[in-house]
Amino acid sequence: MEKIGILEGRQRQIYEKKGEETAFDITCETTSLSGSVSQRACVFCGSRVVLYPVADALHVVHGPIGCAAYTWDIRGAVSSGPELHRLSFSTDLKEMDVIYGGEKKLYLSLLELIERYQPKAAFIYSTCIIGLIGDDIDAVCKKVSQEKGIPVLPVHSEGFKGTKKDGYKAACDSLMKLVGTGSTEGIGKYSINILGEFNLAGEAWIIRSYYEQMGIEVVSTMTGDGRVDDIRRSHGASLNIVQCSGSMVRLAKQMEEKYSIPCLRVSYFGIEDMSKALYDVARHFSDNPAIMEAAKKLVSREVGKLYPQLQQFRRELAGKKVAIYVGGAFKAFSLIKALASVDMKVVLAGSQTGNKDDYNSLKEMCDEGTVIVDDSNPVELSKFVLEKEADLLIGGVKERPIAYKLGIGFCDHNHERKIPLAGFEGMYNFIREVYNSVMSPVWQFAPRKGGLSS
Amino acid sequence: MLLRHTTKEVKEREGLTINPAKTCQPIGAMYAALGVHGCLPHSHGSQGCCAYHRSTLTRHYKEPVMSATSSFTEGASVFGGQANLLQAIDTIFSVYDPDVIAVHSTCLSETIGDDLQQITKKALDDGKIPEGKRVIYASTPSFVGSHVTGYANMLAGIAEQFAKSTGEKKDQINIVAGWMEPSDMREIKRIAKEMGVRIVLFPDTSDVLDAPQTGKHEFYPKGGTTIEALESTGDSKSSIALGCMSGEPGAIALDKKCKVPFQTEDIPIGLSATDRFIMSLSKAAGVEVPDEITAERGRLVDVMTDMEQYLYGKKVALFGDPDQLIPLTEFVLDLNMKPTHIVSGTPGQRFEKRMKEILKDAPYANFKNGLGADMFLMHQWIKNEPVDLLIGNTYGKYIARDEDIPFVRFGFPILDRIGHSYFPNVGYSGALRLVEKILGVFLDRQDRDAPEEKFELVM
Ligand code: SF4
Ligand code: SF4
Repeated sequence: MEKIGILEGRQRQIYEKKGEETAFDITCETTSLSGSVSQRACVFCGSRVVLYPVADALHVVHGPIGCAAYTWDIRGAVSSGPELHRLSFSTDLKEMDVIYGGEKKLYLSLLELIERYQPKAAFIYSTCIIGLIGDDIDAVCKKVSQEKGIPVLPVHSEGFKGTKKDGYKAACDSLMKLVGTGSTEGIGKYSINILGEFNLAGEAWIIRSYYEQMGIEVVSTMTGDGRVDDIRRSHGASLNIVQCSGSMVRLAKQMEEKYSIPCLRVSYFGIEDMSKALYDVARHFSDNPAIMEAAKKLVSREVGKLYPQLQQFRRELAGKKVAIYVGGAFKAFSLIKALASVDMKVVLAGSQTGNKDDYNSLKEMCDEGTVIVDDSNPVELSKFVLEKEADLLIGGVKERPIAYKLGIGFCDHNHERKIPLAGFEGMYNFIREVYNSVMSPVWQFAPRKGGLSS
Repeated sequence: MLLRHTTKEVKEREGLTINPAKTCQPIGAMYAALGVHGCLPHSHGSQGCCAYHRSTLTRHYKEPVMSATSSFTEGASVFGGQANLLQAIDTIFSVYDPDVIAVHSTCLSETIGDDLQQITKKALDDGKIPEGKRVIYASTPSFVGSHVTGYANMLAGIAEQFAKSTGEKKDQINIVAGWMEPSDMREIKRIAKEMGVRIVLFPDTSDVLDAPQTGKHEFYPKGGTTIEALESTGDSKSSIALGCMSGEPGAIALDKKCKVPFQTEDIPIGLSATDRFIMSLSKAAGVEVPDEITAERGRLVDVMTDMEQYLYGKKVALFGDPDQLIPLTEFVLDLNMKPTHIVSGTPGQRFEKRMKEILKDAPYANFKNGLGADMFLMHQWIKNEPVDLLIGNTYGKYIARDEDIPFVRFGFPILDRIGHSYFPNVGYSGALRLVEKILGVFLDRQDRDAPEEKFELVM
């Protein structure tokens, strides 16, 4: 570790909070430096992630085989019904297609698939190579749509055209073409759409049930256990609830412009943010005090259950140090608050896709000495984990083995988790997972933290 | 259930792949490169590919997998990626300090026509490659072949770009490893040691992707074939390539460059293939097969005879990579089971030829590779003719569950179990483990399905 320093050209993407004099704006929303071992993905990845949970739609990856193979059932976005989204369809482009174009192949594939699966809609993802060879996927989609009578939506997600965030945009643009195409008949006044909740391990079900307990109608959960017909009529809802920093803000804004549906940004992680997410909605519907009543009752019931359980964990977890490296910065905010409720201390907070405002908020939230990073790499992560003597790393698939190698606990807060971490029961699951990982007897057999402590 | 949409009726499909039984070249190149000591693989393309490849290898090995990327943007895809790669080489040596950078291309850099050879030469001419360090490359476009092809291409690159001949022959044999696990590579080294044969094994991912917990994150773990050993391959007496599609291209490259004669054997999975490997090695090195190896074989045969009553006539469906399926199918036949459906996504005539040979007495067997050979087809075949056992990578679990078939995980990737990186499948001990696994699922199944009165202590 001694030999390896911080990547040149990355100094301004790393910030250590040490009083006012070191303050500078973190450089972000840039592409990674050529030659870095980045943890980041591509535009396609971003689109696929957002649209993935639309379970009764066909998702066809137009490109060579890899892009489709790697996204085959890659995320546990669970569905309560159809599971078409979990299959992998690829046009498997070959050399000849690259030379002569793959439009015909795409067209024939689509006809065949629509025939076989009778989907409600189809999303066609264009990958890097399509951007280069210039297939007109819009035209193919239009033609198939006319012939087959279902929406066939191009997703312009050529990997090199930006970052994962641009993929979110492309996905939103496709969804926006569905919104407004269904009948809004029968949708009541106290109704919402839930956006940006991916139903990993059934989280959307938890959130949905909270709102329903408050007497609110959930028209569409879009990106978690999503259904095409629900999305088509989602413009009939009175309010959009958007979770997460990046992925669905654009869609919410577009719906606001076109259909005058206001939106609220929330997070479902941790007691504080979860409660706020319910209260904010209740406040929005303040003409119906019963909703606020129900929200209060729900929160007090759940917190009452949760609080004593957390106290038990807090006794041992208090003072332990945590390094956070997650996709969106919004999630980092929630995690910092959630960890504070058991008195854990965040020593590193990083994100792959944060923007300037996000990082400024992070700076405000964090204690002195906390390191804040944008688009980090494994070398830096290991370095800071060891320097700051973290006891736990919170991250995704590529960070897990790094944490274990360093002899510290790990919690997956990305898409590999098998237990829901959202909502009040999610908070319990989260802290329990953190507790079990940090306090595991296994660490007594391992050299911890690079041998720094036992 | 997930795959309930699968229809029984098999129809020719026009260039549509459903649930692929393969993936793309760069991940194979990345894996092969990790078998060189102190090597940082480098993906020349956009970030996404590299992220996917690293994630998949990370999931398969539960180990940190490092690889840098050229991070293509729109500019690079219009003006070419030379500037990105030159900058990358600079960054990598100054920050990550590897001994070797192994560059592979992606669909994108191939399509825009970046010439890796020319760019690495320019890097050398511009003095961007420090003394004693190396940059090697392989062209790995994903619209050709599969991850297996990518592995083979990188292997050929390693052989061609490292091997030197000094004119003085060394008393050593090269073993060019086809796609196998770290545990398998370790086992090959053990067998050679047992036989008293000096070998240079490459690539060698043992001690790289099965590294011990040390409290540190080693960017370059201690394993991997060293530059010195790789250079010496040009002076070896001969080479044995394991696997005609993944291993042989490396041996051919060596022969071309340094005139090292080679022969190709199957990856030693199962009894017959291990027999052939041991005999080749003993012949090539001019040594007798030691008693301990003979005893290992004897133990395997003993178990095979003890257990044949549970195995005969059982129908097996297999899918995966060609070099593994060939000896595995042969082993299934040696165990008196019936290989009924065989699918490999990787295209190649060698596979078809070998399969025809192996299956000449098994006319009932279906096999297909390349275009249209995907998991959807496998599922359809199974629906039409059910089997007793499914062997293949993790993706088989959907079919196994939907059709309620005992399932043995084998191949790449295995994302939901451990063991593949620690316990070998090759050699006699590997074969023994395979028999154990197969029996385990059969007998568990028998216990599970037995009516109350037939549920017995002894099997
Ligand atoms: S198929 Fe090509 S574009 Fe897709 S992941 Fe593989 S290398 Fe990248
Ligand atoms: S080819 Fe492009 S779209 Fe596909 S994974 Fe790579 S970067 Fe993403």
